[in-house]
Amino acid sequence: MFALETAAHPETLRRIAIDPVTRVEGHGKVTLLLDQDNKIHQVRLHIVEFRGFEAFIEGRPYWEVPVTVQRLCGICPVSHHLAAVKAMDLIAGYGPLTPTAEKLRRLMHYGQIMQSHAVHFFHLASPDILLGFDSDFTRRNIVGVALDHPEIAKQGVLLRKYGQEVIRHTAGKRVHGTGAVPGGMNKALSRAERDEMAKDIDQMIAWSLGAVHMVKQLHETNPAFYNVFGDFRSNMMGLVRPDGALDFYHGALRAVDADGQTIFDQVDYATYQEVLQEDIKPWSYMKFPHIKSLGAENGWYKVGPLGRIQAASYLSTPLAEAERQAMMALGGGKPVHGTLMYHWARLIEVVHAAEMIRDLLNDPDILGLDLMAEKGPRRHEAVGVIEAPRGTLFHHYRVDDDDLVTYCNLIVSTTNNNQAMNEAVRTVARQYLDGKEITEGLLNHIECAIRAYDPCLSCATHALGKMPMTVELIDADGQMLHSLSRG
Amino acid sequence: MSAASGNGVRPVVVFAIGNPSRGDDAIGPLIYARLTAWLDAQGLAESFDLYEDFQLQIEHAIDLKGRQMALFIDAGDNTPGPFTFSRIAPHEGIAHTSHALPPESVLQVYRQIEGEEPPPAFVLCVRGEQFGLGKPPGAAAESHIEQAWAFLAEICHPPELAVWMKAAAVA
Repeated sequence: MFALETAAHPETLRRIAIDPVTRVEGHGKVTLLLDQDNKIHQVRLHIVEFRGFEAFIEGRPYWEVPVTVQRLCGICPVSHHLAAVKAMDLIAGYGPLTPTAEKLRRLMHYGQIMQSHAVHFFHLASPDILLGFDSDFTRRNIVGVALDHPEIAKQGVLLRKYGQEVIRHTAGKRVHGTGAVPGGMNKALSRAERDEMAKDIDQMIAWSLGAVHMVKQLHETNPAFYNVFGDFRSNMMGLVRPDGALDFYHGALRAVDADGQTIFDQVDYATYQEVLQEDIKPWSYMKFPHIKSLGAENGWYKVGPLGRIQAASYLSTPLAEAERQAMMALGGGKPVHGTLMYHWARLIEVVHAAEMIRDLLNDPDILGLDLMAEKGPRRHEAVGVIEAPRGTLFHHYRVDDDDLVTYCNLIVSTTNNNQAMNEAVRTVARQYLDGKEITEGLLNHIECAIRAYDPCLSCATHALGKMPMTVELIDADGQMLHSLSRG
Repeated sequence: MSAASGNGVRPVVVFAIGNPSRGDDAIGPLIYARLTAWLDAQGLAESFDLYEDFQLQIEHAIDLKGRQMALFIDAGDNTPGPFTFSRIAPHEGIAHTSHALPPESVLQVYRQIEGEEPPPAFVLCVRGEQFGLGKPPGAAAESHIEQAWAFLAEICHPPELAVWMKAAAVA
């Protein structure tokens, strides 16, 4: 049983719901149970609209899946596209990709990392960091940032745009791209496309490095706050190469404990079910995965930027690795765990992605025309795993003799971070809300903790009029005492 | 309104927003496909740039640069049926509660990063009613699309600011 997960006598407590959590994709809510003195007894992050993705996939032809799964998420469709196609490479019987095909997929993926991280940091997180956690909530958004910091806002927009252009050139379109197909790629990169991306990449590296330095300076202004906010110890996991370097596109699983000591390493991700177990809880639709050998109480972990850059031995590009070393120096040789450090780590990954894009654009293989691998015998089951912007993403499929998907299991990044996000909101609730009169600014601290993980809860729908935010204070009898609305 | 102006930019930009696999959220993509083919057939393609996306994002502000008019087409969640057509303005007071932006905020981002007013912008909001994953558009949505399409074809042949402003005032 985790502290603050379940109150002993919930019927005697009043309830606050943050529903939906803002600047988070999809529908999640946080509930807090407090007594008459505002002492917190229970905090839960509920995912109330998530299941059904697997059912959406089952029954479809396997070759259609890499395109179909992009419709699961409007923020990181490329991540689902690539994880699915890695599994389908094997289902279809293809051997190792050609060098050109693998490098084009990597290029697409780094474009995705860059655009997703840029929109997250500049659009969603920077308003809190640059304008203040309890600044006027009507201005605590990208428009407010643009007003006060126009150059930063513009760089964020252009970094995002650049990443989208990389995706467009490699996937064929900004959305619904079909660039990766089982066995390779169906679109070569032209010299003109390569040159168009190459002319701006040094500027992108400079801007992303500038963003890291901005976060570093913000940290220096108030290190105690940044180090302590939502600080809790946990295991961490990510994909690494055989030499231990982080690899976003392909690698083996490595998990380390809160002190950075290895729990497992070089685990073939096809055997993920031997090292990871998924549990369910009655109050959330999202599963709770953990490291099997450590059990549910001790085996949960962080994925995503802060988890993976510390689980890995190093980053393979020099500027990003130097920044990683600078951030980790704060831990005195041990990993850092403050929740806001996710933003710092995320921007280091933008630098890494930009450096990788530059290197790939300079690689002669990127203009090759040999796009499809040799085909061998079909398989009926395969797993595809990548490091998506928010963390490790698993796609596991079984396909029958009629080419139809009969089984699909997705462990998305947000699911991997489920327990960690719950711990983050509990830690912040303990630190900033316990025993205090609840205000919108204090509730935003909870949201800031969740937002640091950039959870993608249930994506890809965004009709006009579907963006309300309401915070309701309800007593133990279910009577609404107070309500605040945004949007 | 003539085709590409001196800066080589087509005068009208259209953003069609939605996810084809989310029930009535497919309204935007369905109109996008129809409009693309129709503009070609009518010889009007040189006056329009069309973008289809799941959601509006900050970089869409860049696609407004140099335009004479902008149109956002999206499904509305139980908004007035069958559709509304309205002129919108930059708005800094709209809170952003998600990764996605409302059209007014895209205009505001443009104003802030470019230091100038965005082009006149309009929203064609077609009523949707169900947005479930894996669901096709409902019969009501298809009916709303038909009515919105008749209106859209009329105001795009040719696209004239005065006509759009009058239509927005009437709607």
